[in-house]
Amino acid sequence: MTKESLSRDDLSSDARVRSDARGPEQTRPGEVYSPATDIFETDEAITVLADMPGVKADALQIDLRDNVLTLTGRVARPESGYESELLREYQVGTFYRQFTLSERIDQAKIDAKLRDGVLRLELPKIERAKPRTIQVRTG
Amino acid sequence: MLVRRVWPGRPTFNGSLSEFEQARREMLRLFDSMANESSASTSGVFPPLNVTQDEDSVFVRAEIPGINADQLAISVLRNRLSIAGKREIQLEQGKAAYHRRERPEGSFSRTLTLPVEIDAERVEARYSDGILTLTLPKAEAAKPRQISVRT
Repeated sequence: MTKESLSRDDLSSDARVRSDARGPEQTRPGEVYSPATDIFETDEAITVLADMPGVKADALQIDLRDNVLTLTGRVARPESGYESELLREYQVGTFYRQFTLSERIDQAKIDAKLRDGVLRLELPKIERAKPRTIQVRTG
Repeated sequence: MLVRRVWPGRPTFNGSLSEFEQARREMLRLFDSMANESSASTSGVFPPLNVTQDEDSVFVRAEIPGINADQLAISVLRNRLSIAGKREIQLEQGKAAYHRRERPEGSFSRTLTLPVEIDAERVEARYSDGILTLTLPKAEAAKPRQISVRT
C-alpha cells in the first residue's frame, strides 16, 4: 500500500480519537494528553516513536486489535505531599493516542522499547504472498 | 483532549503534509490555545518546568524525553538556575517515508530565578524516564529559623 493511503487513514483515526476524547475518555480520572509522535514506514515495517516523559515500562499499555493501535501511559505524580508549588508549566496525567494502521502487522514480531521517556515501537508488516503465475494449459 | 505543544514552531515534515493538513493543524492549535489559557502561556518554552519547595529544598522537574544526560549543562549561582542542552533526533536513513514528525528537537536553554539562595555544593540532579529532577538545598541563611524568646 502507498504512503498516501496510510496518511489518509491516519487522519480519520485522529478525528476519531478527538471524538473519543470528548466521550469515554473524560470519564477517566485525571487529565489526558496526546504524546508527540513520529511515524515512519519502510518496506518492512512501520515505526512509531512517542514522547511519553515520566512513563515507566509497567505503566505503559500498547494494544493492537482490528488494526487500531492504542498507546496508553500513566504518569504518577512525582511530588511528595510536603512540597508546595512555585511554578507549574506542565501537568501530569495520562498519555493516550490511537492510530489506525491499514497495513497488516505481524503481531508476533512487534517490538517495543521504552527508554528515557521515549517509546519506540516496531510494527513489522506481514510478508505479502508472492504473486503466482498460473499457467493456462491449452488442450 | 488537551494537546501539549511545547514548540509551536517545531519542524514539520512538509513532504507528507498537504496544505489541508497544515491548515487543520493550525486550527487545532488555535482551538487548543483558546481552550486552555494556561497552556498557551507556556507554549513555546522547552523544556517545561515544574518547581516546588519544602522547608529544606527547592525541587525542579523538567520534561526532557530522549536525551543523553551528559549533554545537559546545569549550573547554579546563588538563586539563579540554568539548564541548557540539546535534543537530537536521528532521522531514519534510506527509504523510510515519514507520516508524522511532531517530536521537537534542537538546542534549549532556560534560566530561572528562584525565590531563595541555593547551596550550590549540594545540588543533586537525576535523569530517569525522560524527567530531569533537580534537588536544590536552600542555603542555610535562607532557611526559616526558630527564634526562642528569652524571658
